Amino acid sequence: MNSRFKIQNSKLIILILVMIYFSLFTLSDAYAMHLAEGILPFTWSLIWWALAIPFIGYGIWRLKVLSKDDLSFKPLVGLLAAVVFIISCMPVPVPTAGTCSHPAGTGITAIILGPAISALVASVALFIQALFLAHGGLSTLGANIVSMGVMGSLAGFIIFKILRSLRLNLMISGFFAGLLADWATYLMTSVELALGIRGDAPFLPLLTQIIVAFAPTQIPLGILEGFMTSGVVMLLYKKRPDLLMKMMVIKPSEVKG
Amino acid sequence: MKATGKYKIFYLFLIVFAFSIYFSLPTDLTASEKWAGVDESVIEKFAKEFGIEPKEPLINTDQGDLLLFVFLLAGVVGGFIAGYYWRELIDYKDRKAEKVLVGSKKT
Repeated sequence: MNSRFKIQNSKLIILILVMIYFSLFTLSDAYAMHLAEGILPFTWSLIWWALAIPFIGYGIWRLKVLSKDDLSFKPLVGLLAAVVFIISCMPVPVPTAGTCSHPAGTGITAIILGPAISALVASVALFIQALFLAHGGLSTLGANIVSMGVMGSLAGFIIFKILRSLRLNLMISGFFAGLLADWATYLMTSVELALGIRGDAPFLPLLTQIIVAFAPTQIPLGILEGFMTSGVVMLLYKKRPDLLMKMMVIKPSEVKG
Repeated sequence: MKATGKYKIFYLFLIVFAFSIYFSLPTDLTASEKWAGVDESVIEKFAKEFGIEPKEPLINTDQGDLLLFVFLLAGVVGGFIAGYYWRELIDYKDRKAEKVLVGSKKT
C-alpha cells in the first residue's frame, strides 16, 4: 500500500516538474499584477510585511502539525506550491481589455490545504518570483503576500465552505472559490495601491478608479480561474478522491463506489 | 459520448476558429500597448500619475538574455529532479515490494 502511494505521489511529482520545466522554457516576460519594487512607500511596505508575517508563521506551524504523522503531506504541499508558482506566472491575454494578466491559483490551494498553508505556499511562490524573475519586489512582497496569499486564500476557502454547507456540489463550489479568490486578490491589490500612492488625495474615489481599471481584465480572468479551480477539484475527485477525503474537502459518503 | 474521427476534426476546427476570433477582437489600444500586463497598464500607470516610479529589482533578470539563463538554470534543475524521481516509477524494487504486499494481503 505504501509503495502504491509512493508510486502515485512520484507520478504527481514528475507531472508537476515536467510542467515547471516546460513552463519555464515557454515563458517570456512576466505580466504581473504584483506590486513592483518601489511602488509602495517604505511605511506601507512595513505595514503590509507586519500583516503578512503572522500568517506565514501560522502557515509554517500548521504545516508542521499536519505533516507530523503524514509523510506524504509535505510533498503534496511542495507540488501545490509549484502549481501556484506556475499559475501566478502565467500571462493570459484578455482580448476584451487588450491586456494580459494572470490567475492566482490560491483558490485551489485554499480548498485542498486550507487558508494558512495556502498563504505560506503563495509566499514561497511570490518570493521566488520577486527574487529571480523581476516579478513583484522584495519591499512589496509583504503587500503581495497579503493580497494574493492571505486575501485570495481566505476568500476562496470561506466561499467554498459556505457553498458546501449549503449542499452545493463540488463543481459549483470550486468555481466560486476560484472566482472569488481571484477577485479578492485584485480588490486587495487595489486597496494597497490606493493607500500607498494617494498622498492627500481622497481614498475611495482613487480606489474606485483603480478597481474600474482592473475590471475589464480581471472579470473575465476571474471567471477563467473559476473554471480552472473547478476543473482541478473535479479531476481530483475523479482520480484521487482519497486525497480530498484526507484533506477533509469531501466526506467518505460522497465518494461513489 | 465519445468523439469520433469526423467530429474530432470539427471540434478542432471550432477551437481554432474560436481562438482566432478571440484574439482578433478590436480594442482601442495601440500595438505597443496591446497585451501589456496589468502591472504596466494599471498599477504603474496610476503610480506614475502620483509621481511614483517602480525601482529596479534586487536581482534584475529582465535584462538581455539573463532571464533566459534563469529559465535555463531552473529547467536544468527541474529536469534533473524530474529525471531523478522518474526511477521511482520504474524502480524494480518498488514493484516487487508492492507485489509482496498484495501477496501477503491475499494470504
